[in-house]
Amino acid sequence: MRTASVMVLLGAALLVAVLAAASVGPYRIPPADVIAALARRLMGGTAVGTVDTVLFQIRLPRILAALLVGAALSAAGAAYQSLFRNPLVSPDILGVSTGAGLGAVAGILLGLPVGAIQFLGFGGGLATVLVVILLARSLRGGGDVLVLVLAGIVVGALAGAAISLVKVLADPYDQLPAITFWLLGSLAGTKVNDVLAILPVVLAGLVPLVLLRWRIGVLSLGDDEARALGVEVVRLRAIVIAAATLITASVVAISGVIGWVGLMMPHMARLLVGPRFDRLLPASILLGAAFMVAVDTLARTAARIEIPLGVLTAVIGGPIFVWLLARGRRRAVP
Amino acid sequence: MSTLAAQGLAIGYGGRGIGEGIDLAVPPGSITCLLGPNGVGKTTLFKTLLGLLPPIAGTVMLDGADLSHLSRAEVARRIAYVPQAQAGEFAYTVLDLVVMGRTAHLGAFAAPRARDAEIAMAALDALGIASLAERDAMRISGGQRQLALIARALAQQAGVIIMDEPTASLDLGNRAMVLKTIRGLAQEGLAILVSTHEPEHAFAMADQAAILDRQAPFACGPVDTMLTSDRLSRLYGLPLVVERTPSGHRVVVA
Repeated sequence: MRTASVMVLLGAALLVAVLAAASVGPYRIPPADVIAALARRLMGGTAVGTVDTVLFQIRLPRILAALLVGAALSAAGAAYQSLFRNPLVSPDILGVSTGAGLGAVAGILLGLPVGAIQFLGFGGGLATVLVVILLARSLRGGGDVLVLVLAGIVVGALAGAAISLVKVLADPYDQLPAITFWLLGSLAGTKVNDVLAILPVVLAGLVPLVLLRWRIGVLSLGDDEARALGVEVVRLRAIVIAAATLITASVVAISGVIGWVGLMMPHMARLLVGPRFDRLLPASILLGAAFMVAVDTLARTAARIEIPLGVLTAVIGGPIFVWLLARGRRRAVP
Repeated sequence: MSTLAAQGLAIGYGGRGIGEGIDLAVPPGSITCLLGPNGVGKTTLFKTLLGLLPPIAGTVMLDGADLSHLSRAEVARRIAYVPQAQAGEFAYTVLDLVVMGRTAHLGAFAAPRARDAEIAMAALDALGIASLAERDAMRISGGQRQLALIARALAQQAGVIIMDEPTASLDLGNRAMVLKTIRGLAQEGLAILVSTHEPEHAFAMADQAAILDRQAPFACGPVDTMLTSDRLSRLYGLPLVVERTPSGHRVVVA
């Protein structure tokens, strides 16, 4: 079966990406040594030497974070593309990333510790989507997807303006660089504890998406058709928005704002396994995880300084997207 | 064998009525054609009958059960909807699209199994389009897509099917094929309500005709007594004559 073999290939690609990411860097660890160190650790052995320190203290936490961020953003993007019936929608269409950005930069401006900044980012993302939903509901009963999207654009623009204001107020030598870096996304300095803190929240968002995969796909036919086919559209939409918002806000809180991934990965997964959501979701998750691990590896090894992830995803994502569009012009829309 | 019935139904959006006093019964094994000028509320009536829009007054009954007391899945197992065929946003295969008709029969967390795919294939086969199963539903003809949506309604295994202008924008050949298909479904015991702008289609296939008119109260009855020259002239606002051709068909002449 074609879908099954694509999944196996994507899984293999993810494994290769993880192995490669674990071995490259200023301190090279051959893949065989990586596997040996992992096996030793799994057998309950104790950490010995530089290899274990680099691997378990520095690289693997970062790889885990990249994996989680890529998988989460891609899953949220795939769900939103089905929900909003538009393959060009990204997870921040309701302003979650901009809101998280505002929360985090406010935390930086106030000189709060890292944990508090992350928490403000998470809270800012949730609060922004909540405001968008309340605004849409007060405008037109909340049942209209278009009103929801427009409310997202308005609130997102306001949050963007507030971010600019924070930048103006920030100390240009100390805080402004930190703010800029945060808004471009980075996993430098990510600790195991950061990953462990958001893991339950990401899973709490992912599990409903996986369980409801079939119905979320039916949602892409439009409200009336989905309801006539037996889907409780209003309830399902609320669940999907809540799940995607939780997922995105929690990963953005530790990684900063990373664009393109949530838009592009479901798009590419659709080329591989077709638009059926029950196949698209796992394919997007695997592809997004592998892509993000690869991009983060590039970010820390390609130049002497750390390249911000948002810069890399845009540089890689833009051309790929143009290619997708050109391809769509020649053949079916992807 | 199911019956769709409406009693004293008033329809409209947000409390603003656009039709009232609608009494209707579509028994199993029969076709009811709904006629009315553009914008009179045919789609609103359909949405109300499907439970997508709450009635302002009155009730919709399915097999004696009040529609408003049923869950969406319970409604979908009893009544299927064939919308006007549109291309859609995602390149589903025809089979994927038809399998979606099985949704109401699946558990909340389940995806379709082999059995559901078999039912979908059987539905495609029944409409003679099994060969389209793996084709991209965005890249088949309008008539084929309309048939695929009818197949989806069959896969839904509901006793009642509501179709919104299934022959709109189809060429002559596809139109004749879709009409024949609908007739065949009624002969197998389905209760079918279908809207059309062509009185001739009602003459060709319907047992009952229902008329939604701005000026006159809602009316439903046998085709012959409903679709008279007088009534059609009043409905569409210009003089129309129903004539019988030498071959026995009835046509409407302006």
